[in-house]
Amino acid sequence: MEIGPIFRALLRNKLGALLIALQIAFTMTVIINAVFIINERNRLMARPSGLDESNLFHITVIGFGDDYNEEIVAADDLAMLRQTPGIVDATVINAIPVSGGGSSTGVRLINDETSPSTGTAIYRLDEHGLNTLNLDLIAGENFTATDMRLRYESGPTEADKAVVTRALVESLFDGMAPADVLGEVMYMPGGDVVQIVGVVDRLQAPWPTSQLVERSMLVPENYIDSFSRYMIRTEPGQRDRMMAEVERMLVERGQDRVVRDMEAMEVTRANTYRVDSALTTILRVVVATLIVINCMGIVGLAVFSINRRKKQIGTRRALGATRPEILRYFLLENLFITIAGVALGAVLTIALSIVLTTNFNMPTMAWYYTPLGALLLILVGQLSALGPSARAAGTEPAIATRSV
Amino acid sequence: MFFYYLRLAALSYRRNPILSSLMVLAVAVGIAAYMIVFTLNYTMGGDPIPHKSSQLFAVQLDNWDPNTDSDPPQQLTYTDAMALQQAGRAWRQTASSKFSGIVEPDNPELRPFMFIGRGAYADFFPMFDVPFQYGSGWSADADANLEQVTVLSRDLNERLFGGANSVGETITMDGTQWQVIGVLDRWDPVPKFYDVNNGPFDSGEELYIPWGHVVARELPRSGNTNCWTAIGGSGFQAFLNSECVWIQYWVELRDANEEAEYLDFINGYVQEQKTLGRFGRPLNNALYDVNEWLLKEEVLPDETSILSMLAAMLLAVCLLNTIGLLLAKFLGKSAEIGARQALGAHKGSLFIQHMIEAGFIGLLGGLLGLLLAHYGLEGVKILLGNELMMTDWIQLNVPIVITTIALAIVSTVIAGLYPIWRACNINPAIHLKTQ
Repeated sequence: MEIGPIFRALLRNKLGALLIALQIAFTMTVIINAVFIINERNRLMARPSGLDESNLFHITVIGFGDDYNEEIVAADDLAMLRQTPGIVDATVINAIPVSGGGSSTGVRLINDETSPSTGTAIYRLDEHGLNTLNLDLIAGENFTATDMRLRYESGPTEADKAVVTRALVESLFDGMAPADVLGEVMYMPGGDVVQIVGVVDRLQAPWPTSQLVERSMLVPENYIDSFSRYMIRTEPGQRDRMMAEVERMLVERGQDRVVRDMEAMEVTRANTYRVDSALTTILRVVVATLIVINCMGIVGLAVFSINRRKKQIGTRRALGATRPEILRYFLLENLFITIAGVALGAVLTIALSIVLTTNFNMPTMAWYYTPLGALLLILVGQLSALGPSARAAGTEPAIATRSV
Repeated sequence: MFFYYLRLAALSYRRNPILSSLMVLAVAVGIAAYMIVFTLNYTMGGDPIPHKSSQLFAVQLDNWDPNTDSDPPQQLTYTDAMALQQAGRAWRQTASSKFSGIVEPDNPELRPFMFIGRGAYADFFPMFDVPFQYGSGWSADADANLEQVTVLSRDLNERLFGGANSVGETITMDGTQWQVIGVLDRWDPVPKFYDVNNGPFDSGEELYIPWGHVVARELPRSGNTNCWTAIGGSGFQAFLNSECVWIQYWVELRDANEEAEYLDFINGYVQEQKTLGRFGRPLNNALYDVNEWLLKEEVLPDETSILSMLAAMLLAVCLLNTIGLLLAKFLGKSAEIGARQALGAHKGSLFIQHMIEAGFIGLLGGLLGLLLAHYGLEGVKILLGNELMMTDWIQLNVPIVITTIALAIVSTVIAGLYPIWRACNINPAIHLKTQ
């Protein structure tokens, strides 16, 4: 092996090697951290909301004028929607899951306002809510039409029954099974009592990035304030057709209201995660760009350093070195430089990762990112060096005897 | 001489087109990435009202839950906002809040539509230097007498009156008639500093009315409302009396003296409220000027800060690349340099010649980088979409263009210093011998 000579030759061109090593180190730092951020955001975006998102859409109706009676209008609207072929079910709802806007509250198991409360999202909907959202009821039962409360003024919750998510059960009742918490009561702010009648497997809060995540409760209640939001589930594949039809039907039902904000759940989700998906796209472009630039740099400098040593290569060939031996020489040279770069890169990668975790509320990077990234860069380095090295290996021995 | 060296640089580019183009591309990519992130940071983290940002203050009163150590609220309760407004102790002051309403156009062809409005006091317009296209804001009397006057945004005026001077016209909103007294010119401060907790990059409201109407007419609130304790009772009055915060409160104070006096005043007010059993926490009131407020509220998203770090490293990689390629290029010209030296060229003039050559590459890289940055920003706009937040401000402007070109040239020349120094220290004899 010609490790010794390769090292000594490298020392004669320290700067060229140093430049490539530094480039590799920085590239590795950016790429590994960027890939980690991409994976992390993708993980957040992939968390299920618990809804049948592909068949759901929502629409808002706002009444105005003194003659507007939301109670009657909403009941008529919902009855009409539920009868429409193509629609599975519809409910009134105060907030759209995953949308970024909604209502939250704090609940307690003891009636003491000074004790810490457990934060939860609160959805106000009717007895068709569970079926419309297509939630998976794992214990207890849904509320019935008689549980439904209408509220005419802002103030405490009037409903006295609730369906809660498994995640809320887990944070409220340490280690109890969902079936065992049925009938238990929760205290709302102000001391109102709400009884748990059912538990659903999963339903995200309107703010998927908040600490609440899947802590949600559903109460049978509608706030009569001239502002109604309907969530509608259609038969599979019927959503787009039904959206157009529902909007037309609701608009045709009267001049004294505004129909707006109709949106498929899939669009709502995409909008909520817009910044995250923009970030991952930008980072993918950054990673690809860096790899290309890096290859360019390695190829450029390899070609240069090989051209400068054409004569020496010719001499070695004349003295009996085979083509594979020349090829191996330059690949090994590249490997040494890359390993030096990757070693520095590993330190920088971990440093940047620590900076990101401490400043930006990001989880710690898994251990395998750094070695995998290092391997990738070594591979990229070898592939980039392959072309120039093969050309070097093709040098004719006769070159040695010619002067430049 | 400068133009001669420039011509030499162009000639040298043509002699090594691939190597030179690689350099230009590396500079362009690095600069473009950096400038895209810089533009985002520059605007999102910029001062939205530079000429008076140090005289406008957000008021913080800490009425929050004494049983937790959560941050103080970003807004004020009705009780406190009204107390401060009535005391009128600042040079200018305004409570304001967002509401939603429905406009019923007189034109029967237009269907009624919903808008987002803002209730504010008369001082709102002069305080924030809001530009008017027609008319003006209202007077303090209009606030006191709850006159039914309104100021429209440029867009709403476009929609209702086709952009004509609508001052003196009336519109129907919330079931009653309002007289238009002013129309704003385009006004979209970025960040929307006067209401950052309802979306710092949202566009401005479409219609403004004297704030008193928001309460008197019980208009639906459209901004964020936060409560730490249950509302005592039901109904609107109970809500008004509660510890819920939902009102943005700003004051204009002309100097440090006024600032100190105002802080004393609000501290005195809170001490007085403590005797009534409110404000259970230790005294924690503050005045934040615009820039302090934007920092405290962390308006700049984490994403742009993360991207800044990565973009700086990407630029570093590109410049390292450029150093390497310049080294290759200049050392490849050893023979030519040797010849020029033998013909009597000074090291100094060789140095200048190569500086110009590096600068020439930087200039080309900068120009290409601008193009890439322009398309990159358009791409960012598409990725963010314009229906969720305002993205009109995402664009290159003159200072950014100048910075880009300057940064490209300077960084390429700096990257070129070592290669240039090596090139100028070539021993001419060696290279002349082998010719």
